[in-house]
Amino acid sequence: MSPLLTAQLPAINTELAEYSELFTLIAALIYTLAFILFTVDAARSSSTIRRVEAELKAEAEAEQAALAGTDIGSSAGTSHAIPPALGTPGAAHEAELVDDDMGYVGDRRPVANVAVALTIMATAAHAFAVVTRGAAASRWPLGNMYEFLVGAALVVSTVYLVTLLRRDLRFLGVFVLGLVVVMMVAATIGFPTAVGHVQPALQSPWLAIHVSLASLSIGLFVLTFAMNLLQLVQARREKVMAGGATGWSDRILSQWQFMRLVPNAFSLESWAYRINAVAFVFWTLGPMITGAIWAQQSWGRYWGWDPKEVWTFVIWVVYAGYLHARATRGWTGNRAAWLSIIGFVCIIINYAVVNVYFPGLHSYAGLPE
Amino acid sequence: MSTEYDDAPGLQPSAHRDNAREDALNNAQGISKKDVTAPALGPTEMVRWAWTQLTSMRTALMLLLLLAIAAVPGSIFPQRVQDAFAVQTYIEDNPTLGPILDFFQLFDVYSSVWFSAIYILLFISLIGCIIPRARKHYQQMTSPPPRTPRRLERLPEYGALELGSEGPSPEQALDDAAKALKKRRYRVDVRRNEDGTGSVGAEKGYLREVGNIIFHVSLVGVLLFVALGTMFSYRGQKVIVEDEGFVNALVAYDNFYPGTWFSEDQLDPFTVQLDSFDRAFDRELVDGEPGPHWGNALDFNANVTVQDGTDAEPEQTTLRVNHPLTLGGANIFLVGNGYAPVVTVRDGEGEVAFSGPVITRPDDATYTSMTVIKAPDAAPEQLGFVGLLLPTAVDAGDGLGISVDPELQNPELHLNAYAGDLGLDDGVPQNVYVLDTDDLEVLNSREVAAGGITLSPGETHQLPGDMGSVEFEEVQDYIAIDITYDPGETAVLVFALTATGGLIASLYLRRRRIWVTAESNDAGRTLVQYGLLSRGEDFGLRHENIALRAQFEETWPVRPPEENTHS
Ligand code: HEM
Repeated sequence: MSPLLTAQLPAINTELAEYSELFTLIAALIYTLAFILFTVDAARSSSTIRRVEAELKAEAEAEQAALAGTDIGSSAGTSHAIPPALGTPGAAHEAELVDDDMGYVGDRRPVANVAVALTIMATAAHAFAVVTRGAAASRWPLGNMYEFLVGAALVVSTVYLVTLLRRDLRFLGVFVLGLVVVMMVAATIGFPTAVGHVQPALQSPWLAIHVSLASLSIGLFVLTFAMNLLQLVQARREKVMAGGATGWSDRILSQWQFMRLVPNAFSLESWAYRINAVAFVFWTLGPMITGAIWAQQSWGRYWGWDPKEVWTFVIWVVYAGYLHARATRGWTGNRAAWLSIIGFVCIIINYAVVNVYFPGLHSYAGLPE
Repeated sequence: MSTEYDDAPGLQPSAHRDNAREDALNNAQGISKKDVTAPALGPTEMVRWAWTQLTSMRTALMLLLLLAIAAVPGSIFPQRVQDAFAVQTYIEDNPTLGPILDFFQLFDVYSSVWFSAIYILLFISLIGCIIPRARKHYQQMTSPPPRTPRRLERLPEYGALELGSEGPSPEQALDDAAKALKKRRYRVDVRRNEDGTGSVGAEKGYLREVGNIIFHVSLVGVLLFVALGTMFSYRGQKVIVEDEGFVNALVAYDNFYPGTWFSEDQLDPFTVQLDSFDRAFDRELVDGEPGPHWGNALDFNANVTVQDGTDAEPEQTTLRVNHPLTLGGANIFLVGNGYAPVVTVRDGEGEVAFSGPVITRPDDATYTSMTVIKAPDAAPEQLGFVGLLLPTAVDAGDGLGISVDPELQNPELHLNAYAGDLGLDDGVPQNVYVLDTDDLEVLNSREVAAGGITLSPGETHQLPGDMGSVEFEEVQDYIAIDITYDPGETAVLVFALTATGGLIASLYLRRRRIWVTAESNDAGRTLVQYGLLSRGEDFGLRHENIALRAQFEETWPVRPPEENTHS
């Protein structure tokens, strides 16, 4: 071994590594707590809904009283002084607790607020854990399955919090936090890896770019997966509520008061689309393009149909199909949602199954054929 | 293919998501939606109908999903592009299923007839989709915004303002509106009627469509240059043992995969010689004990002497993972490395039947390496050896050796010896790492009385029955390099990047149309109405409405709505 080679890789900082492990654990615990609180919030929503509904009804009655006697819309030409679209489209019938932009009508959910605060704390601890892990090994903290999963979980919770700044997505908390907890647990139990250097093929600046973009898009796809699933349930529920109840499952669904805190299927779908569109660009740039550039640098071919590459391609095509579906009559709404869900299933296959059961070049072993 | 709402209805080639908005517009224009008419059955109509079907959005979607499904088997079965030997092994291990899968090209998925058919159809569909789309978009970009719908209030976003009596006349209001829209970067067209009323048509976001077209055209570019590159490309593999050289000529390769249009004079005559090889492994101690990653590979470094062309000066350089060398237009990659024990085999007559380094195949992180030695020249019987090279051998109990470290701290060769016909004369190509021992006589093995062979460097083992001897001299390093040449690479990358650019424009830019009308109402005041419409997804249309309204309210004295309702 040449002295030059080892000099390039600084020693592992075990103290930082221990901090990283500790904070990963702390983050996972707080996430779990937040998840439990979000669940409690969802369970308590029935009473919340009843209260909010009463408030709304009172408000509506007061408005009616104020407007009594004025003739609205008598002359067709001038009645549009207020653009109707500025109001809630589809009219504010009583059951609408969430509008299309996911703003809540009536807004007191202390438990959910605590859950959000906990999520913020957990995300901060989580970010610290990821940063110290990278610092401990003096490299980008995305070098193996464990780090990748922990990193993607951080993206999920960060994106969720950032979106919360602009939209009230607290209803998604149960799902998002649930997924984050699953990811953290899967990383810790499924792929535990101590802090260390990475093998030669992974020592490339492309690793940072490629894997970060991949985590970023996967984090976003996790969110849309949750939203599209909710959308399917909500669409079904909307049908049931509109009078289509048939089987016992429909009857149970109609009892799910919690779903009334969830925006309607249409706005879930448009929000999922917006996020998917961003994630698709990241997937194009990350796994596809920078992946190809790196493969070219490392293995001499930009695309070789290695199992990992096959699935990266399949995922890309499925989401391209999703974007197309939304532009095709008869394929919008629930059908498009299914494509988005299938895309996410492919991501899971790519991560869990391909990495483990189809070792290709991506498990670099330094061997000739 | 997307439809244009200002087309004549019925000519619309296919369904489009904009339909909700499109229907809104047709509604506003007072046009009712017509169903797609069944094709008349003449031959030309049939062809045209088939073409319309092929280039429809629904077909594109189906083909895309089909492509995704068709790609999957390539990750399940071994592929020849990846590992031809794995395919051969698979077929041998599955004598019934293997040939059937092979017949359906499941080992060559990405060059198979059916996979090609899907993507060729997809790309024909794509081209059939882009050309009319680009033509139409060019027309739109060079002509004024579409005519003003009759009933603006039926558009997805709508607003009306009644101006104060001191406010501008309808003509003036139109000019002001045009100015406001220009400021918002719309392309504006003012239409005046004789009676002083009129309308403004405005449109922006043409780049969205341009982006979409660039994206799809770039995909064609990517495909084209992947194909062209592959045709003129070559890829080869070579194992080089320490102090050995490689000359870039067809005969020198271990494996060579030329593209369809490859010709031998594409090979530039460069040479690569391996001078020495360094490996660095993780030696991190935790509390004085080997850490969790002890022995993991950290760096490989091949010191090589290269000569780029026959006249060039030899030059010393290093070849490392992720750091390819470029010689004569080709790229050279370090893709593997391992140990090559130098072995001499003498036969029963005392002649040297084999002598030299043996390429072994490391099978795990401690470089436990599969070793096969074939000595077909041995007499009276051919000799063969199968076993392992253990870089740091320790006894795992009952004489079974294992390697505990990848570095050469206690190298040992553990071999079984065989005699008989090695089957090398049949002309069937054989894998160097495999020796079929079924029909051979066992000389040394743990299963027979003579036992297996264990050798350290410098030791010699005499084979039983005076069949000869095997000597383990020393261990050398070898590297495996890939040499690739693909002239299409750069173009593929460029098109991939323009595709991304186009995609971003296409996904995030908004294509919007606004129409504004102005007229005098019964009270003699100016009434301004406006409607907004977007093509494709647009979640900000309502915000645009609000912003536009705010701008109008700044420009004109607007009568508050309460007064209206009481007027
Ligand atoms: C190689 C296969 C194809 C891929 C990977 C692909 C990918 C995409 C993607 C990612 C988008 C989203 C960008 C956007 O919404 O503007 C898109 C949009 C679009 N594609 Fe394709 N496409 C393919 C083939 C086709 C074909 C064959 C057609 C025509 C039949 C087509 C027509 C369209 C149209 C009209 C849009 C715009 C949809 C909209 O306005 O929302 N594409 N395509």
